[in-house]
Amino acid sequence: MATDIIIHDEKDNVGVVVIDKIKPKQECSCWIMENDKTVKIESINEIQLGHKIAMIDLNEGDTILKYGHDIGKVVKSIKKGEHVHVHNVKTKKW
Amino acid sequence: MEIPKSFLGYKRENGRAGTRNHVIILPVDDISNACAEAVANNIKGTIALPHSYGRLQFGADLELHFRTMIGTGSNPNVAAVIVIGIEPKWTKKIVDGIAKTGKPVEGFHIERTGDIGTVMKASKKAQEFVMWASEKQREECPISDLWISVKCGESDTTSGLAANPTVGNLMDKLEPHGVHLCFGETSELTGAEKVCATRGATKEASDKFMKTWSAYNDFILKEATDDLSESQPTAGNIAGGLTTIEEKAFGNFQKIGSCKFIDVLEPAEEPKKGKGLYFMDTSSAAAECVTLQAAAGFNIHLFPTGQGNIVGNPIEPVIKLTANPLTVKGMGEHIDCDVSKILSREMNMSEAGDELIKTTLRVANGRLTCAEALGHKEFVMTKLYRSA
Repeated sequence: MATDIIIHDEKDNVGVVVIDKIKPKQECSCWIMENDKTVKIESINEIQLGHKIAMIDLNEGDTILKYGHDIGKVVKSIKKGEHVHVHNVKTKKW
Repeated sequence: MEIPKSFLGYKRENGRAGTRNHVIILPVDDISNACAEAVANNIKGTIALPHSYGRLQFGADLELHFRTMIGTGSNPNVAAVIVIGIEPKWTKKIVDGIAKTGKPVEGFHIERTGDIGTVMKASKKAQEFVMWASEKQREECPISDLWISVKCGESDTTSGLAANPTVGNLMDKLEPHGVHLCFGETSELTGAEKVCATRGATKEASDKFMKTWSAYNDFILKEATDDLSESQPTAGNIAGGLTTIEEKAFGNFQKIGSCKFIDVLEPAEEPKKGKGLYFMDTSSAAAECVTLQAAAGFNIHLFPTGQGNIVGNPIEPVIKLTANPLTVKGMGEHIDCDVSKILSREMNMSEAGDELIKTTLRVANGRLTCAEALGHKEFVMTKLYRSA
């Protein structure tokens, strides 16, 4: 099965869409680069190429992990399979 | 893939090698641009490097101006230089700095002569230089004569996922062959600064990096009106899926592969510790960063992009690579190396690194980059503060 989503690190709680777009309720195949494993997720929203999807449910104040590192905080709770971007995540810097 | 041992470059008087053979007309200051451009128009095969500064600067800002001017003229991609300034003193200072390389350089000042007389005198000398340079031939040079600078732009998540790690793969493969390497973008390491500091080859290099990053961050915090959300990430970054500066920073940082940096350079400072990777304190604006790296003596540049940055430089060829299939499709005339098959997993990182090494060698040997063919010659001086 083709890869729809790539995840950098096993610890990451978000993945990146690598096809043109995924549709709502699409069964997606996710490849984890670090350990070469494949996992599945069902999307909630339409998500464009390059944009992120939540791999687990996330609450306000939680930390987003990508590359195995802290890349910001959740400011509005996010469901597994939902689009993760500037509307629900903010920087901890500046 | 076996790494090529040599490329065809132009050997210079000081032992360095160029990937290009430019004769440049370098204005010392903003008001000498017209003269420099007139000379370049008269004498075919020369290029003028107009810019906006050079008057009433002082202190560290003036030092950076001179370092950038002298460094640009001294770059091995430049065969010979005509320097034109309003006043004799600063013009001579730049000429003397460039002359240390042993290459032909001559200065002209406009005061007491005017534009027309200066253009006539400088054009005669420029003609002599360009005809002399046109006889230079490319010769076999060791791969270690490549000084490779890197900077990414219009990044998106495909940059951190694929295009930047491709550059990292190239660094890992070429570093053992004795090349010089340079990355910068101080502000765009914010969020990854502590991890980046651990990549110093020595404690001294790590400490110097943290000091440099902290100074830049303090400056940003002092000047920022609200936050940097309008600038970092940029609207282009956000459209491409990047959410925060931290995410951008960790993506950016993939460009150095597993290399360690041996020293931290001031903007436009020439590396002095031999082969290996250097970090340079630069802005993250593309043209400013590449201009500073070229002024430090780097002779070929790798520029990974996501959404499609189009920057070029007048003396240092800028090679673009992208992993974003939409960018390849929509603006392919700007892309020298397409690594979008990493996303569909039809290409692995090592294959992508090999592709980029091949592209780099072809450009080093003389193939024009997309930016060169399209006429991109962005030469942008970094200014530290307002003039006196």
